[in-house]
Amino acid sequence: MTESPKVSGSLRNRLAVTLIGGASLLAVLLFLVVRTYAAQIAQQGQDSILGASVTSILDAAVLRDDQVEIDFPYAAFSMLTTPAHDRVFYAIYRDAELLSGYADLPLPKGSDSGERRYQSAEFIGKPIRISTASRTLLGADVKTRITVSVAQTQDALSDRLNAISRNIASFGIGFFVLVVLLSFWATSSTIAPLNRLATSVTRRGPQDLSPVIKPVPTEMLPLVASLNRLMARLNQSLTQSEDFIAEAAHRVRTPLATVRSHAETTLQRVDKEQNRQALRAMIRAIDESSRAAGQLLDHAMITFRADQLEYQQLDLVELVQKLVLRLSPVAEMKDIDLRFLGDQPVLCQGDPILLQNAIRNLIDNALKYSPSESAIDIWVTSQPQPQVEIRDQGPGFPIDEISDLAQRFSRGNNAAGTIGSGLGLTIAQDVAIAHGGKLALSNHTGGGACVIFSL
Amino acid sequence: MRYILALIFALLPLMALAQQQETWEDRAMFHGSGSGSGPTLTILSSTDRSFFAPIITSFLAQRPDLSIEYLVSGTAEIDRIFRQDPSGFDLVISSAMDLQFKLTNDGHALAIEGVTTPDWAQWRQSLFGFTTEPAAIVVRRADFAGHSLPQTRQDLIKALRARPEVFRNRLGTYDIRQSGLGYLFATQDARASETYWRLMEVMGSLGTRLYCCSGDMITDLQKGELAVAYNVLGSYAAARTKDSEELAIILPADFPITMMRSGFVSAQTKQPKHARDFIRHLLKVQSAPVDPGIFPLPPLIPALDPRPQSAIGLGPALMTYLDPLKRRTFLQEWTSAVIQ
Repeated sequence: MTESPKVSGSLRNRLAVTLIGGASLLAVLLFLVVRTYAAQIAQQGQDSILGASVTSILDAAVLRDDQVEIDFPYAAFSMLTTPAHDRVFYAIYRDAELLSGYADLPLPKGSDSGERRYQSAEFIGKPIRISTASRTLLGADVKTRITVSVAQTQDALSDRLNAISRNIASFGIGFFVLVVLLSFWATSSTIAPLNRLATSVTRRGPQDLSPVIKPVPTEMLPLVASLNRLMARLNQSLTQSEDFIAEAAHRVRTPLATVRSHAETTLQRVDKEQNRQALRAMIRAIDESSRAAGQLLDHAMITFRADQLEYQQLDLVELVQKLVLRLSPVAEMKDIDLRFLGDQPVLCQGDPILLQNAIRNLIDNALKYSPSESAIDIWVTSQPQPQVEIRDQGPGFPIDEISDLAQRFSRGNNAAGTIGSGLGLTIAQDVAIAHGGKLALSNHTGGGACVIFSL
Repeated sequence: MRYILALIFALLPLMALAQQQETWEDRAMFHGSGSGSGPTLTILSSTDRSFFAPIITSFLAQRPDLSIEYLVSGTAEIDRIFRQDPSGFDLVISSAMDLQFKLTNDGHALAIEGVTTPDWAQWRQSLFGFTTEPAAIVVRRADFAGHSLPQTRQDLIKALRARPEVFRNRLGTYDIRQSGLGYLFATQDARASETYWRLMEVMGSLGTRLYCCSGDMITDLQKGELAVAYNVLGSYAAARTKDSEELAIILPADFPITMMRSGFVSAQTKQPKHARDFIRHLLKVQSAPVDPGIFPLPPLIPALDPRPQSAIGLGPALMTYLDPLKRRTFLQEWTSAVIQ
């Protein structure tokens, strides 16, 4: 029926991906920022202890008889005890001469401003943090500068940082999971009005082309306004088409009937055999045109209605019975016996106008192709599904064309002598398909065509 | 180039000889029951052979393919010898915690993973304490006949002052200039209380003999040449006096100083696996309550009154008194108090 629209991505996915992507980016950013900050704070902690150690050593320095004595407190090193058992290095210089400690401990470069200085370096293959400070000692006639460096490995620091990183990482993951949940919720609640609109439009009856009046979010207003305008236009054009079909049916059929009655009257007045034959041919052509016009209009109507079936509860037996009654006079004129079988009501859902049209076309076909003094059997059953079977005693369908016969304007090669437009089977098939059923054509073993119209 | 190489090769045996010529207090080879062709672990130790041999023997019983060379020297000597040739020894056992700590801090010790020992008894999973041994005052009971035995340093000062004629030139303590353990005991003593300095001054005024080792002090006590020995290793004294009532071992009640014997595997050992196994075995033997009849060294966790607050902890603070400036100042003070 209608072509399903092309899909280009999904608003929900796009929204969710944007939110989740943003959240993961933020989580990573948060992790990096907090970790950097934590590293700074942890480093400050280590620095302040190293600085205190340096100060306590430096404060103990005294000049006695031009000799430097540094009776530094036990705490100078004991304060450097860490849970990770960090190694401790130190160096004490008098001017450029090493007084004690590790000679190869790196000294800070640059000018000595007397401030405490901190630097990271590598010593015996391990990263260390060094704090350095200097102090000038004044003796009786000597001035000397004492420089003290205390250094520590960073095992405890990195242990603590790893612990912090693990914590931040789990916070980040928790935050991320929360945002993912939130983003799913946000996406659903954002998409909900759109879904509601789609549902309300889908649920409408085929004739309901009224505008959407429920309040919608601002962003959807242009869409809904366009939809309403489109539906208004569609409503208008549908009304016009229906009017046109009715009008066309009327305009074409009535003049044809008039012409036919004139032709028949004339046929009775004319005696010359040549003229009578001409008139008969003319009546025949008029019949054919009238029938074709009728079928074309039927087909147009079916095409129009098939998209929006008006389902009703109906009894298939009753519907077919009425048709048989209506067509009986035509059958009697050809001495054909229309036999109807089926008494139990066969209830089903369907569009009665379309069904009538389809089945009438099938019986018409059967009448057309049946020879005089033959019978047409019509069964209506509800098993396995509601279906109407029509069997005539005519020539049957040409075997090799059976699959193409339901095509529009296609007629069997044995139809040469018969009036018809080639639309009958097409109409019936379209109606069957519109109802979710099918039309099965076959030839009866005893001769004659068999058509099963099932819903 | 060739000459330099030749020179090096010529000197190598000399250097080996130099090491051979170290004057060890004791040296011994232990062989497993196996063929004896297996690798040899060299242990540099300050612990007397008689104390350590049972541990070695029990280890070799499990590893009969190994041999162990046991070299005994003073704690300060051990530090000097090891620093000269860190690859020449597989294990270092010493009672001088500060020197052991400094060696570990300087990266000479190999880490041993998966060793279960209390946190206060190990450092960086490299240096492991395996005994807890208090510094004791050992006195001859004969010289305190009729007097109560001193229980604190204060009591000892009073006793010394009360009968100077008995104690003159009959007092002994470590020469802390020579003995690493003596220096450790002295610095920890001085750190804990000013009483130490008063005691040293009293001992100095009475004439104090200075010793390198606990063993010698105990010998002289037994000979009667000494009446009081201060800061003697309680474990040695206990082992030597087990059948006699001659000597009394007093753990000062005011503040006891307890040290740990500690050991580590040299970072440059060529037998890291065997050396680690030895440390594991050592800790296993010493962590459980031991039968002093078999293993004379006191265990890491004494059965009675561990008094951990007085134990010297393994930590960077041990480096304080190793600083040359600090050491110079301390030795000056000590010399002026004790030698006078």
